[in-house]
This record gives sequence, C-alpha cells and structure tokens, in this order.
Amino acid sequence: MSDLDTKERIQPGTAPGEDVAFEIHGDGDFPTADMSLSIGPAHPATHGVFRIVLEMDGERVREARPVIGYMHRGFEKLAEYRDYRQIKALVNRHDWLSGFSNELGVALAVEKMMEMEVPDRAQWIRMLIAEWNRILNHLMFIGSYAIELGAITPMFYAFREREDIQHLLESATGGRLHFTYNQPGGLKIDLPKGFLRESQRLSTVVRERLPDYFDLVLGNEIFQGRTKGIGPLPSDVALSIGVTGPTLQATGVAEDPRVTEPYLKYGEIDVPVPVGENGDSFDRFSCLLRRIQASLDIIDQVHDHVPPGPVNSKLPKMVKAPEGATYVRTENPLGQLGYWLESDGGRTPWRLKMRTPSFSNVQAIPYLMEGVLLPDAISILGSVFFVVGDIDR
Amino acid sequence: MTAISSGATTYIAQSVSLFDGFDGFVLPLVLKIAFVLQLFFVVPLVGGYLEHKAMGRMQHRRGPVEAGPFGVLQLVADGIKFIQKEDVIPRAADRWVFAAAPGVAMVPALLVFLVIPLGPGVFALDLELGLFYALAITSVSVLGVLMGGWASANKFSLIGGLRAGAQLIAYELPLILAAITVAVQAGTLSLVGIVEAQAGFMIPGTGINVWFVFPQIVGFGIFFISAMAELSRPPFDMPIGDSELVFGYMTEYTGIKYAMYMLTEYAGMITMSALMVVLYLGGWQLLPGVPMPGCEGAGGLFDCSPIGIALSVLVTLGKIMALVFVMVWARVAYPRLREDQLQRMSWLVLVPLSLLNLAVITVFKVVF
Amino acid sequence: MAATSPPGTGLLKGLGVTIKHLFQRPATLMYPYERNELAPRTRGVIALMDENCTVCMLCSRECPDWCIYIESHKETVPPAKEGGRARTRNVLDRFAIDFSLCMYCGICVEVCPFDALWWSPEFEYSEYSIDSLLHEKEKLRAWADTVPAPPPLDDGAVLPAEVADAIEKAEKERELAEAKAAEEAQAKESGAAGGAATPAAAAKEPEVEVKAGEIDQETFDQLIAEGKSERIARSKAKAAWVKKEKARLKAEAEQGGGDAAAPAAAPKPAEVHVEAGQIDQETYDQLIAEGKTERMARAKAKAAYVKKEKARLRAEAEQAAPSGESAAPEAEAPAKKQLSEVHVEGTGEIDQEVFDQLIAEGKSERIARSKAKAAWIKKRKQEQLDQEGGA
Ligand code: SF4
Ligand code: SF4
Repeated sequence: MSDLDTKERIQPGTAPGEDVAFEIHGDGDFPTADMSLSIGPAHPATHGVFRIVLEMDGERVREARPVIGYMHRGFEKLAEYRDYRQIKALVNRHDWLSGFSNELGVALAVEKMMEMEVPDRAQWIRMLIAEWNRILNHLMFIGSYAIELGAITPMFYAFREREDIQHLLESATGGRLHFTYNQPGGLKIDLPKGFLRESQRLSTVVRERLPDYFDLVLGNEIFQGRTKGIGPLPSDVALSIGVTGPTLQATGVAEDPRVTEPYLKYGEIDVPVPVGENGDSFDRFSCLLRRIQASLDIIDQVHDHVPPGPVNSKLPKMVKAPEGATYVRTENPLGQLGYWLESDGGRTPWRLKMRTPSFSNVQAIPYLMEGVLLPDAISILGSVFFVVGDIDR
Repeated sequence: MTAISSGATTYIAQSVSLFDGFDGFVLPLVLKIAFVLQLFFVVPLVGGYLEHKAMGRMQHRRGPVEAGPFGVLQLVADGIKFIQKEDVIPRAADRWVFAAAPGVAMVPALLVFLVIPLGPGVFALDLELGLFYALAITSVSVLGVLMGGWASANKFSLIGGLRAGAQLIAYELPLILAAITVAVQAGTLSLVGIVEAQAGFMIPGTGINVWFVFPQIVGFGIFFISAMAELSRPPFDMPIGDSELVFGYMTEYTGIKYAMYMLTEYAGMITMSALMVVLYLGGWQLLPGVPMPGCEGAGGLFDCSPIGIALSVLVTLGKIMALVFVMVWARVAYPRLREDQLQRMSWLVLVPLSLLNLAVITVFKVVF
Repeated sequence: MAATSPPGTGLLKGLGVTIKHLFQRPATLMYPYERNELAPRTRGVIALMDENCTVCMLCSRECPDWCIYIESHKETVPPAKEGGRARTRNVLDRFAIDFSLCMYCGICVEVCPFDALWWSPEFEYSEYSIDSLLHEKEKLRAWADTVPAPPPLDDGAVLPAEVADAIEKAEKERELAEAKAAEEAQAKESGAAGGAATPAAAAKEPEVEVKAGEIDQETFDQLIAEGKSERIARSKAKAAWVKKEKARLKAEAEQGGGDAAAPAAAPKPAEVHVEAGQIDQETYDQLIAEGKTERMARAKAKAAYVKKEKARLRAEAEQAAPSGESAAPEAEAPAKKQLSEVHVEGTGEIDQEVFDQLIAEGKSERIARSKAKAAWIKKRKQEQLDQEGGA
C-alpha cells in the first residue's frame, strides 16, 4: 500500500454531484486538475450495468459515487401481481447466482404466515441444496475477483467445479441457475435416486480441489500485495452501513442467521462461520474461500441426517397467505436476505419488500474507495461481492 | 547497408550473412526484407499459437482446436477476422495520430528482427552495435502506444498510454544495465560476437564451458522481468489492465489497427526472447561446449553446412519458444501488480540490483 | 510488500498449480461432437401431447409471462349412448409457446392437470430470427417424442399414494394380461385353420399395436438419406406419419361415403369425438412392462386410447354409412377397407424371421428393422390375398 498522505489534500465538503472537474489542487509547482471517470455502466469490472463515478486526481480516487438503478426491474411491484407460485420463479432472478436461497426465503415467509408444518426431509434437502448453491455462488466470485486482479486462471477452475455442481443440481431440480425447486410446504418433488451418493462424491472432489485456489490465489504474494490492507472496513462502520455476509464477517463479526437465528435445521448441526480480522480485501476474499469449506462441512453433516419421508405437505388449491405480515431473514451467499411479506389474505402478496445483501454491501463503496488508487478501487469493488440484479432489483 | 555488413565482416571474420553471398545491392536487399518480413509474420504467430495452447491446457481447457489441425491456424483466422472488421475512429479522436499510432508501434518491432541472429549467418545484418540498436529501437514502440492513448480521446486510453510510458521509463534502465553487463563480459556489442563469446567462456580455473546465464543469473532474472514489463505482459499489463482500464490504450481500436498492436506485442515477445537467448542462453548452441553437428569454426559454431545451419536455427527457435512459454506461464499463474508497486520494484529493487550486478561482473572481468 | 521480496513460495506454488494442470486431461467437453448427458428433469423445452389437452387454459393463465397462446372452439358431441345427452367439448385449434418469452419456470407443466405438458431436455432449437422461437402445436407435439422417462426417486422418498397403488395394480394387470395372451395364442393356433376367423384376428392384432410413436418409414429413410440426424428424422417422420394417417383416414372415409353414394354422410365419419381421460389398458400395461414409469405410461396410454377410440368410431361410422344405403355390396366394401387398413396400421410390426436373418448377416439394427417391416407387410398382403382367394 503506498502512502496515504495525499488523502489530506482531499477537500471534504464537496457534495456528490457537485462539479469538481476543473478544481485545481496542489500548491504552485505541480498543480493538478481532477478528472471524473465513469466506471460503468458497461465496464468489465462491474459484471453488469453498475456505474461508479470516480473523481480522480491522477490515479488517486478523491470520491466515489455509485450510481445504481440501471437494472431496475420492479421486482417488488411485480410481486404484488403474482401469486406465490409465480413469485418463486420471480425471486430466484434478482440475485441470479443464489436462486435457490432466494426462493427459500419466500417459501419460508409463506410457510410462516400459513403456519405450515414442513416435513423434516424437505428441510434437510433444502439445506443441502442451499449450501451447494452457496458454493456455486462463491466459486463464481472467486473466479471473477481473480480476473479483476488480472489473474485469469482461477475463473476456469471455478467454472469447472461449477459445471459439476450445476449438473448435480440439475438432476434434482431441472435447472442450472433458476432452480424453482421450493414450494410452500416443502419441495416440488423428491430427489432422484443416487443424488445423495453423487452429492457425497462431489463434496470430496470439490474439497480436494480447493487447495488449488489457496495456492494459486490466496497464497500468492502478488495477490496479497494487491489486497492486504486495501479497503479496510472497521466492524462498527460495517454494522452502521448494514453490510452483511462475507463482507461483514471479514471485519470479525460472526453474524450469520444460520447460527444466530437458525432456520431450517441449521440449529441441529455445527455451522462454522469463518471470520477475518481487518476487513480488508484480503480478508473478504479469504472469508469467501473459507465459507466454501464451511459449506462443504455442512453438506457432509447433512448427508448423515436426511431422513426418509415425504417432502411436501398437502397444499390448498390456491396458496393464500392469511392476513398479516412477517419478516424472514436468511443467510444468502452474499449476505442477509430479508423478505417482508405483507398479505391481505388474497392470492398475491399485498407487499413484498426485499432487503437484498448486494444493495447494502455496495453502500460501503464510497467509504472504502475514498483516497485509494484506481487499481485499488477495482480491488475493493470486486471484494464487496454484489450482483447487479440484486442491487437494482 | 552492404558497407556496414562488410565492416562487420572484417570485425568478425566468420559472421557473414547468408544474403551477402549474392552480388549487387538490390538482390540482397530484397532478400533481407523478405527474411525480416517472414520472421516478423511467421514466428510471432507460432509464439501466439503456443500461448493460446499452453494457456488453454494450463487452465484445464483445450485451447484452439477448430482452425486447422490442432487449431494451428487460429491466429491466421483471427487475422482474417480483424481485416474484415469495421475500422472505427472515434469522432473526437485525433484522426491522423490515431491512425498512425499502431504503425509507429509496429515498425520498430519489425526492425529489431534485422539484427536477431537465428543461426550462423542467418541474420539480415550484423551490426557492430547490434545490442545497442536492438535496445534502442524496441523502446521506440512505446511512442506508438503513447500516441494511441493520447489520440483516442478516451480517459481509459489516456491513463493506459501514460502508464505504458511510465513503465517504459522505469524498466528501460534495469534492462539496459543488465544488457550492458553482458556486453562487458563479452567485450562486444555485436550480437553474433556475444554468441561467440559465450562459446568460449569457461568457468575460471576450469575447462568447463558455460553460457552467460551461469555467471549472470541475477542479470538474466532482471532482464526477463524488465522485458516482460516493457512488453506489458501480464503480470505487468497495467497499461492494458482490462478490469481497470477496459483495454487501456487499445480501448478504441478495432480491426486491423488493433491487430497491429497485438502483432507488435507478440513480435515483442519473440524479439525479447531472442535477445535473451543470444545474451544469456548461448544463441544457437545446442549445449555448452557441445559443437553443433555440421559446423566448425570457433566453438563449433560457424562455417556450417546447410544441415548445420538448419539445426542451429531450430535450436534458437526452440529456445525462444521455451522463453515464450515461461512468459505465458507467468501470465497464467499471476495476478496483475499495481502501478506503484511496479515502479517501486523497478527503482528500489531492480535498478540497484542491476548496478550491483554490473559492478560485480566488471570486477570479475578485470580480475580474471 | 510481496513484490519487493524475492519471489516467495506463493509465487512458486502458483506456477506449480498451473503446470500440474498442463498435464491433466482438459475438462472441456467437445460439444457438438461430444454431448453431456442431461438429467431427465432438465428443463430444456416444453413438449405438448395435444391428445391429452382438454383446453382447460390453466397453463396459459398461470404462466407468469403469458407466453402460451391457446385457441379453441366448442363442439357438440353426439350422445355416447342411445338416449344420452349431447355434450359440448373444446377442440384445440392452436397451442403455441413463445420461447423467446418463456422463462422456463415450469409452472405450466406443474399445473397441467391432464398430463399434456412435459419437459424435455432438448435444447438445440436456437433460431436466427426471434419469431421462429414461437413453437406451434405440431412442433410442440414433436418434442413429446423426446421426453425421457422420469428418474426413479430416492430410496427415502415416499411415493404418492396413487402412484404406489397404480404400480401395484399395474403389476397385477400385467400378470393377468400375460395369462390372457397365452390363452389367446393357444386359441389362435387352434383356430388358424378356420378361414373366417383369421381375417378378424388379423384385423385385431395390428390394432393392438397402434402406438403414438409410429413413424413414417418413407419419410424417415429419406431424411436419413439426406443426412439428417436420427433423432430429427424420427421426430419428423412421426409427424409425417400422423399427417398421412389423418389424410388417409379422411380419404377413406370420403371414399367410404362415395362407395355408398351418400355424399352427405361423407364428411361426418371423419369427425369422431372421443372423450379423453380414459386410458388404453393394453398400451399402459405394455409400457409399464417396458419399464416406463407410471406417469409416462398413463399419459401415453391416454393418447393411445383416444387414437384407438377414434379409429374405432370412424370404422363404425364407415360401416354404418354404407349399410344404411345399399344392402348387397356393403358387406364386401368395409371388409376390403379393413383389409387395407390392416397393412398400413401394422407398419410397426416386423417380420422376426427376416429381422433375425438380416441381423445375423451383420446388417445394422435400423436397416434390419426397416427391411423386416417391409417383409412383414408383404407377407400380410400375401396372406390376405390368399384368404380372399380362399373365400
Ligand atoms: S415455463 Fe413458465 S414461462 Fe414458460 S411457458 Fe411455462 S409457465 Fe410460461
Ligand atoms: S396443456 Fe394442460 S393446462 Fe394447458 S390447456 Fe391443455 S390441459 Fe389445460
């Protein structure tokens, strides 16, 4: 990390949006003018249409302003006009890398409102698939973060693993990204024969391949040079901003609804929550990588628990949540996902408010990027882990 | 040109270019141009194919497979594609500078091939100042990069171009210092002369012949890193840095102009590898102290039969490709450094190290 | 700062990991030369078994994208029994799914109460123009031939009660049917000498064989010759068969009417109505015996039932029409027609002898099968000629 003394030169008090493009800095000898640089909406590092306006002094970022909304698809409003079955297909598309976890949230909310008993078998299978989904998601970010730092190879390895896992999940759910496997009261259909055996096998395979990522990325001195000490996020700031998931855990806060407020059967098994120390990019990434290990541990435990029995309970002809409201939070791969479901007793929700992890995570960007160099800004951008659809919804 | 060649001939009796055997001025000239051009267009393609394939396999993929047997024609196909593409010039761009920049970058890369010796007599020119010429002309390429970055009227291009400039300044110094050390040890600036000097270099006090890489392993490392940085090869590709700068100075380029930049990069890889082979790895020698079959002369390197010449060219190319492979390997394995880390590494590590290296070798040379 | 220290172990490890992979077999699957085996549950394309569709519109209403287009008209069905009430039913005119809008959520397949919609793992239907992604009824029907059997469930799964019952029942029925088949075979042997009995049996037997998945051999062979893939050829040939069959039946019906000099009656017999919902037990048993799952067997059996019933009604109507007009020639006319029906409908049958022989000669299974089919038809014709001569 290079010297931060120039940070003092940054004049506070320039409001976002204020035109500072030609403000002259420096004293006499080598005055510099600011340049405002738009990262995005179509930039390789933003994985979609996300935009950050950087006010730059040379290569140093004076101010970063995320501009969101390019991908707003009106999910919350749409959900008011879709019945619960259709919502399931809708929500697994706002964070397209965690389809199963999203639909799980909605299913849990509806079940909570209808006071439905979910068979044990369904709950364990849900956990199994949710953890596989988490691994899928994390692998994607491991690959893409490495790409952002210029290492192209981890992406290919990550996709190799992803392909195998997707193939496994496809055999049960029929989908590779958008699983639509949940339904209020359980699952759509039971697992096919041999799924659990295959899942066990795959968990050993992925576990064997994980050291490659540690060696190739985490242990690499250049990677450490690029991430250690970059964008440190103190835990109090993180909590005040509302950052969750690996980004929060990297700051040393072991907050995870699977442990602090267990849903499904997470309370019955041991859920490891890896935490970091400084909350810098390195910690965020290492948390992500260790969360894969944690998920594999959970998967291995689940394999021993799946009981025989039914996977769904009898549903009324039309699923209608009774009048009232509820809030359900789950640990999505990227952080805490919350659904506030309010119903007037009809066949569609009266209101479905989403609290998506990516939206909260990117709120930390202006804080983190102030005064860093442009390459570090990218290193930070990649390490707060967001999916654009999940920000804009 | 003939005058210079004949000057060189007198300097090192054995080093006569193949093309000087013809009478007159025009024919050798045409042959030389043809020689350089075919080197420029064929060898980089081979290097590029090697990069694609090796990179693919290391990433658990197959690399190109469809174009030609084993995908060998992939880069040719790419070239054809680039030619067909629309040539877009941004409205705000400085048209002429924008258009000229890829050429300015490419021509020096092409000119370096003039002095690269591939085998005994297989070179276009043997300049007395060959090493100096090669190093001087490679650094002209960056002008094209700067021009492209500036003329694109794009902030990302501009930052990319400036980074390239800064990088060049930082790494030119250790590169030249490392090369000078070799020249000091060989006692000549002629590339052919350096090869010959390596054939005759013994570990002091023994009769064991070694290449310059042995006493100068540090210098070799410095030269290798600096060469990669100067070519903006990953992990030193900050001027391009696609996740930061979109594509750096190449952001606005399309079609054939973009292809020219790419060709420059591959050609640069080849020339830098060739220089390393000549400076450190004994040129076209098979193994230290082993005379090339079909050759006589000093160290069994010169006065070759056609078979000997062909063999030595193959040996040189093999060594070049091995070095290219290492560059690709580094690209596959490493993330990108940050610009300031790069500068720091140059000024605080490589420059002092290469000065030390120069001093040690010079003392060594004087003592023995 | 890592960059300032001499390359450390981390850098070397990175080189190690990458070089290790250089010597491993690449993970790439060389599509389209190699194909991944897709799970039976894969949501690739939606197939429609239009015979089963009752135009209830549930799928269309539940689709979140409203990308299913259904058009239908109402028709009055004459009373099934003498003195019964005439009923109305919906006839499907158009069923189209716009795959450029579809989000592959599977709700339509989930809600269809009549097993008319299925998922098939086929996915290679990309098009150059977005309009071509609108698959009409025929195309959707063709996909139905690619629907795989659903995978067996995990050992810990609880089968739905109805499925468990049905499997048990199917087992029993299969046993029964086997016993009956044995009896029949005996009866046939003993009655083979009787000239009158044979044609009836011959007429019956091929009808049993009627399957939804019959193909038009000509089309099939031609497409194969054109270099089309077997799968495509098969599905096209199936479609062609359905088309031809329909045309033939219609023509026959018209002819039947013409023979009897009753043009007014002609268009009628072609329009036969069959209430869906019943299954063809024979087909069902057979499919179950073949190891198909219950759901699949039921759907196919339903389709088979509808088809059979239609054929039966048509035949009846044809018979009925001439009998009303002229007395003397009618006895032969329908008989002839039935005979002609015998060999066409029986195209699925093969001559085992010829087949075995060709296989023994080293011919491929496909060729042997098609030749054996031809041989079978020839034989049948010969038989019938003999019988007619005998009669
Ligand atoms: S899969 Fe979903 S979107 Fe597609 S047609 Fe069926 S219901 Fe509509
Ligand atoms: S396909 Fe199924 S749901 Fe749709 S109209 Fe036909 S019977 Fe109804």
